[in-house]
Amino acid sequence: MPNRFLDLKKFWLFLIPALLLAATIGGAHAGELRGTGDLGIIIERAASRIQIIETTTQTKLFTVEGMGDLSHASVVYSRDARYAFVFGRDGGLTKVDILTGTIVKRVVQGGNSIGGAISQDGRLVAVSNYEPGGVKVFSSDTLELVADIPAVYDGDMLSKTVGLVDAPGNRFVFSLYDAGETWIADFSNGDTPKITKFKNIGKLPYDGLITPDARYYIAGLFGEDGLSLLDLWHPEKGMRRILDGYGRGEEPLPVYKMPHLEGWAEASGTLFLPAIGRHEVLVLAMNDWKEIGRIPVHGQPVFAMARPDGRQVWVNFAHPKNDVLQVIDVETRQIVKTMTPGRAILHMEFTPRGEQIWVSVRDRDVVEVYDTATMEKIAELPADKPSGIFLTARANKTGL
Amino acid sequence: MRKNFKQWLANKSLLTALVLALAVVVSPFAQAADISPERQKALIHQLIQDCGSCHGLTMKGGLGPALRPQDLEDKDSESLADIILEGVPGTPMPPWDFEISPGEALWLVKIMKEGTFNAQ
Ligand code: HEC
Repeated sequence: MPNRFLDLKKFWLFLIPALLLAATIGGAHAGELRGTGDLGIIIERAASRIQIIETTTQTKLFTVEGMGDLSHASVVYSRDARYAFVFGRDGGLTKVDILTGTIVKRVVQGGNSIGGAISQDGRLVAVSNYEPGGVKVFSSDTLELVADIPAVYDGDMLSKTVGLVDAPGNRFVFSLYDAGETWIADFSNGDTPKITKFKNIGKLPYDGLITPDARYYIAGLFGEDGLSLLDLWHPEKGMRRILDGYGRGEEPLPVYKMPHLEGWAEASGTLFLPAIGRHEVLVLAMNDWKEIGRIPVHGQPVFAMARPDGRQVWVNFAHPKNDVLQVIDVETRQIVKTMTPGRAILHMEFTPRGEQIWVSVRDRDVVEVYDTATMEKIAELPADKPSGIFLTARANKTGL
Repeated sequence: MRKNFKQWLANKSLLTALVLALAVVVSPFAQAADISPERQKALIHQLIQDCGSCHGLTMKGGLGPALRPQDLEDKDSESLADIILEGVPGTPMPPWDFEISPGEALWLVKIMKEGTFNAQ
């Protein structure tokens, strides 16, 4: 009995300072310790604001204001998944601490930017610009300019740059929309990049992707029926055309919003891509890059995003059919569900293991969360004209 | 091929310009005043959201060229309206005549040239 009492006394002696300490730390950081694995960002385009959200209980943690023009904004994460780099249309590059919901630094680096990427080692952040056309590379630590790569072609013309991704070996790969070229900027030997150019890859490349194994870069072409492929293990072999003539010579349908190639589905060695100018999702075999099928869908697909396990592909559409969401079952290549959440479904993002998908429905000012197994809505968060949704799992994926 | 097309467009623009000019004189339908306030609101929404996805929400340019007053001041309104209605084949600029009328296209050009709409 006395012994016990002593223990209790000891316990209090320990507990009180511990509590005091916890209170000080907690107070200073405005919250308890936590990881970032279930966090993410929702862009509230019209309000120049982002929301930092958490996917475990589907709640908002912070809003961060003063982010500039966020139309078409995108986000990459630092390798520790604590900092977000937000690329805005106004050329703004903003580094945000997602644990505290504060802006660490903001620079306006160009006139009109379209997206970015972070290097394999996490040291460099690259931004792709329409105006002036080219790629600028910054220190992820200080946001100071490290390298400027103007996309010069035909003597003194500057091309818009698109489809910027990172690749193994601290390389960045991007395409020149006006010039029809793909460039590799290799930073493996320090801050002065070695540039390799591939010319005549096809007319009007509008976006690019890197495959999940980080080996192949694919540029989608607007001006031609096909895609251009680069094997990053063998850049010396150059780029080659794949899916040549997939439109079978038919007049392409008008495209009211450009598709994005980011959301590949790799399932049993197949890749699912939005066709351009046709209301189809294309299915490619990744061993020989031949078309093995096409799935008729509701409209011009914008994103065809694969669930992380590759079992489903969720597809949204361009105006005037942008109120519909369709789910493709990868195994049967059939549409298994069509939903109409509301006008202007702009983006979708899966949670890292794919049990949820987050969907922004701009004109209803909400982000909807679906259970991907039942395809039923499980939550809805208010958001002011939401566009992109970016979760921290991107920190660990090449090309994102 | 591209050149031919531009020429074709120019010719076609002239024709359309004539037709549109006639329409403006003859018919009241093409007048801005005849576009209802609700329709004007919808068109501005469309300009910012749908056109904005390629031209930038503030018309500063994106994949498509900038469409601010200073970019358009020297350009003929009817030709621009014609581009909106017909698109530019071989480029991402799609035709909008399935949901925008000639009068509405002219009105869009007018507000783009004036820069009198709020980017929201
Ligand atoms: C899918 C992308 C896309 C969308 C959406 C789009 N445009 Fe375009 N637009 C372009 C491109 C690309 C060009 C340049 C075409 C060329 O190379 O001649 C262009 C050209 C134009 C031009 C001619 C500009 C000039 O200076 O000659 C006008 C005017 C225009 N667009 C208006 C609009 C309007 C109004 C809308 C919405 C109703 C719209 N565009 C939607 C891509 C788009």
